[in-house]
Amino acid sequence: MTTDYLHWLAQVLVFPGLLFTASAGLVTSWIDRKVTARVQMRVGPPFLQPWYDFLKLLIKETIVPAGGAKWLFLSAPLLGLGAVTLASTIIWRSQLAPHQGFVGDVIVLLYLLTMPAVGTVLGAFSSRNPLASLGGSREMKLVMGYELPFVLAVLVPVIRAKSLRLGDILAVEPSALAASGVIALLVSVFCIQAKLTQVPFDLPEAETELTGGAYIEYSGVPLALFKLTKAMMLFTLPVFLVALFGGGMGLQQGWAGLAAGIAKYLGIVIVLTLIRNTAPRVRIDQAVKFFWGPLTVAAAVAVGLALGGW
Amino acid sequence: MGLALQILTRSLNVFHMAGSACNNCDIEILDALTPKYDLERFGLVLVGSIRHADVILLSGVFNKKSALRAKLVYEQAPKPVVVVAIGGCACSGLMFKDSYNWDQPVGRYIPIDAYIPGCPPKPEAMIAGIVKLLTKLRSA
Repeated sequence: MTTDYLHWLAQVLVFPGLLFTASAGLVTSWIDRKVTARVQMRVGPPFLQPWYDFLKLLIKETIVPAGGAKWLFLSAPLLGLGAVTLASTIIWRSQLAPHQGFVGDVIVLLYLLTMPAVGTVLGAFSSRNPLASLGGSREMKLVMGYELPFVLAVLVPVIRAKSLRLGDILAVEPSALAASGVIALLVSVFCIQAKLTQVPFDLPEAETELTGGAYIEYSGVPLALFKLTKAMMLFTLPVFLVALFGGGMGLQQGWAGLAAGIAKYLGIVIVLTLIRNTAPRVRIDQAVKFFWGPLTVAAAVAVGLALGGW
Repeated sequence: MGLALQILTRSLNVFHMAGSACNNCDIEILDALTPKYDLERFGLVLVGSIRHADVILLSGVFNKKSALRAKLVYEQAPKPVVVVAIGGCACSGLMFKDSYNWDQPVGRYIPIDAYIPGCPPKPEAMIAGIVKLLTKLRSA
């Protein structure tokens, strides 16, 4: 019994949980920055740069703004970190052992992957900074905007596999080979761009006019945790898409399968980076219109096609 | 503190404060951050919030009023933090030193770690200054 708990704890904390996801997330954030640098025809940061950035924030002073909700302000980053760790553990576990997952883990994942945004909103509002609350309110509107098309897009592989279990979705033919899957994949790429609050949907941070927005009052360790959460999301969300639409990371198919899985994953990451580097930021009303308008229609069409067997 | 500064020098987040500057130094600072000089190679990026800053760049002539603001901004920054005065005005007051609203250089209000003179200093001069500062911090 004790060994069961230890095994479970090791999975959450080391592999495929916190330690693995954090390292992979920091590597992914380096890839993102390096590709950005190459797009702008410069050399870019060294490989260890994300680690330096993280360690540096750990040694910096942590300032709690006067009059803010101290406990909420300091615990808000933990909410997102815990949620993304659990989400990554569930996604990788269903790829390592497809038959051990539980029914409905896709629904759990959808909720867990929303939690970092909730953490950001709570942190923003507890900091008692007008710019942060503006960023927090934008984040809330953005969540309401992208969740609808994202859930519809996730429905497509669920309908095709006739199961709410990620292991069953991995067992059937990849959805990206069907017309409905292609549309749903495109829709969800835009949705995860907004989930990561990257340009063109970086409204909550808005470096130019909100100067950091939701994170403006954060410094030291809490800021490090927020940045780590974001890096882990940058790793977890593309892996989730590969699992839903691309047949998984190929852990059951040997080294060739794993290489193909990593190639699919890197493909999605680089598409996200290229969108970030070529699109200007949209206003919040434009973002919500975009998600509730064209993307929701496209996702609904994809759901209809999937129901028709396409 | 030694190890802390070692890591700090690998990842500098720069916050830029202009205190009634004529904008020439500010433009040169932005020039230094363009892809041509690619300061992200050394982990140096510009941030918008003082809470995220490791380096405060001061440009312009800090008069009686704006020097107090500079002090406030310095107190808001999470420590350890490095302060760099960019341009002749921030270093010494230059031709504004006899002005009615100027009393003393901004270095008398807050501790400054490096002075980069020039009107305005070229991006190369700023990079040279930052490199000298980093070498000093790393050997300390």
